[in-house]
Amino acid sequence: MTAQESTPVSAGRGEPLVVLSGVQKHFGQLHALKDIELSVARGEVVVVIGPSGSGKSTLCRAINRLETIDEGTITLDGQPLPQEGKALAALRAEVGMVFQSFNLFAHKTILENVTLGPIKVRGMKKEEAEKQARELLDRVGVGHQAEKYPAQLSGGQQQRVAIARALAMEPKVMLFDEPTSALDPEMIKEVLDVMVDLAQQGMTMVVVTHEMGFARTAADRVVFMADGAIIEENTPEEFFTNPTSDRAKDFLGKILKH
Amino acid sequence: MDAVFSNFDDYLKAFGLTIGLFVVAGIASLVWGTILAVLRVGPISILNKAAALYVTLFRNTPLLMIFIFMAIAMPVLGYNFKFVEDVEIGGYNVSAFFFRSCIALTLYTSAFVCEAMRSGVNAVPLGQAEAGRAIGLTFAQSMQLVVLPQAARAIIPPMTSVLIALIKNTSVAAAFGMAEAVATMKALTNNNADQRTGIFLAFAVGYIIIVEVVALASYAVERKVRVAR
Ligand SMILES: Nc1ncnc2c1ncn2[C@@H]1O[C@H](COP(=O)(O)OP(=O)(O)OP(=O)(O)O)[C@@H](O)[C@H]1O
Ligand SMILES: [Mg+2]
Repeated sequence: MTAQESTPVSAGRGEPLVVLSGVQKHFGQLHALKDIELSVARGEVVVVIGPSGSGKSTLCRAINRLETIDEGTITLDGQPLPQEGKALAALRAEVGMVFQSFNLFAHKTILENVTLGPIKVRGMKKEEAEKQARELLDRVGVGHQAEKYPAQLSGGQQQRVAIARALAMEPKVMLFDEPTSALDPEMIKEVLDVMVDLAQQGMTMVVVTHEMGFARTAADRVVFMADGAIIEENTPEEFFTNPTSDRAKDFLGKILKH
Repeated sequence: MDAVFSNFDDYLKAFGLTIGLFVVAGIASLVWGTILAVLRVGPISILNKAAALYVTLFRNTPLLMIFIFMAIAMPVLGYNFKFVEDVEIGGYNVSAFFFRSCIALTLYTSAFVCEAMRSGVNAVPLGQAEAGRAIGLTFAQSMQLVVLPQAARAIIPPMTSVLIALIKNTSVAAAFGMAEAVATMKALTNNNADQRTGIFLAFAVGYIIIVEVVALASYAVERKVRVAR
């Protein structure tokens, strides 16, 4: 069974929120995204998995246009991604992004990191933004660190702040690009717990991760990429126990060994 | 040194003019150089190239040439900026020549300001600007709120050098008959050849004082904008 033949696992979950169709992307000679067809339904959690260099980050970044595409279309809530300028900035505000390296604003306090977007992009009043930020920081378990600077926090705490910063914009969808890969093992769980919570509350999420525990607990669907193409997609249970493509079998064999 | 004290008014006026050239050209260079730097790192390719061309052109042209152009060629072309002499600021009339000197200094210095800015911007990890854009900041907002405040720390040391060079470059105006510090020093030494060393020292001290004020101000600012990483 190939991806094209399989019925979408998410059928009935909600109408499509993010739709990529015929997406092609080149970096010079390198064909980084090959004819990508992917539809993420409202409330769905999609885990993207695949070997290094397979284009997972590029896919994620294309969805909020941090990376431009050569061909094809990407729509968010039925709207095609704008080219540049104010409209694009407005779209990005609707798409939360969490990076592998956290990327908290180094010169701002934790609280300011979370309030910057609401104040500058949404035009929210400072008091209101701070109230919301404190609630979000409490929710991700770093409320008591609000006045500190990012460098004073552990990696796990920084990543949870980064999630709060993205949530403060009330995004329609959240993108996570290997959010736990830069973390020490004991901190991975605290970040994954926050993500599982989010998933259970119905957030639409696209998550690049090799954390199979997370995929099994929270994901509706696993998308497997290799060499810039989507090779196979299925429910986590099916994918991990019965991968159909050789590439996926090979890949799972490697990551399951350690 | 007597010559300096007996002509202390001229001495002060001369340094007043030096400081005037420095402040006006300095502010104009900072503004124009920052705009150039933003164009250079911005998303519009044609503006990147235009700003790069400007920098290459003016950084590689001797300041004296730019002065010659502003002082001699521009009036011939009909741009003598005489109109500025009608403008009175705090009881002083701006001379057209002062104005042209400021333009020459600004054209030249802004190229260096742009490069100092750019090196500072490049010192800020790319992820910072991306995170800014990812929460919906426009390019201008992410520059203003995220990148430039963090670049400031890396910008200040090279920017201080640029400004100090500007203080000294104001002396090029002397060659065109402006009675700024170096020109006044020459006049004094001509009339008081026996006191050459003293006069020279007096003017050197004047420059050192101005440069030190700028350097100290820069250390103060540097301490203020320190960012922990
Ligand atoms: N800005 C860029 N310029 C040139 N090549 C790039 C660029 N970004 C990514 N690539 C290349 O595109 C391919 C896909 O990269 P991508 O980062 O999307 O992979 P990935 O699946 O996220 O890998 P990893 O698991 O290592 O993060 C890689 O071969 C990479 O070297
Ligand atoms: Mg990646």
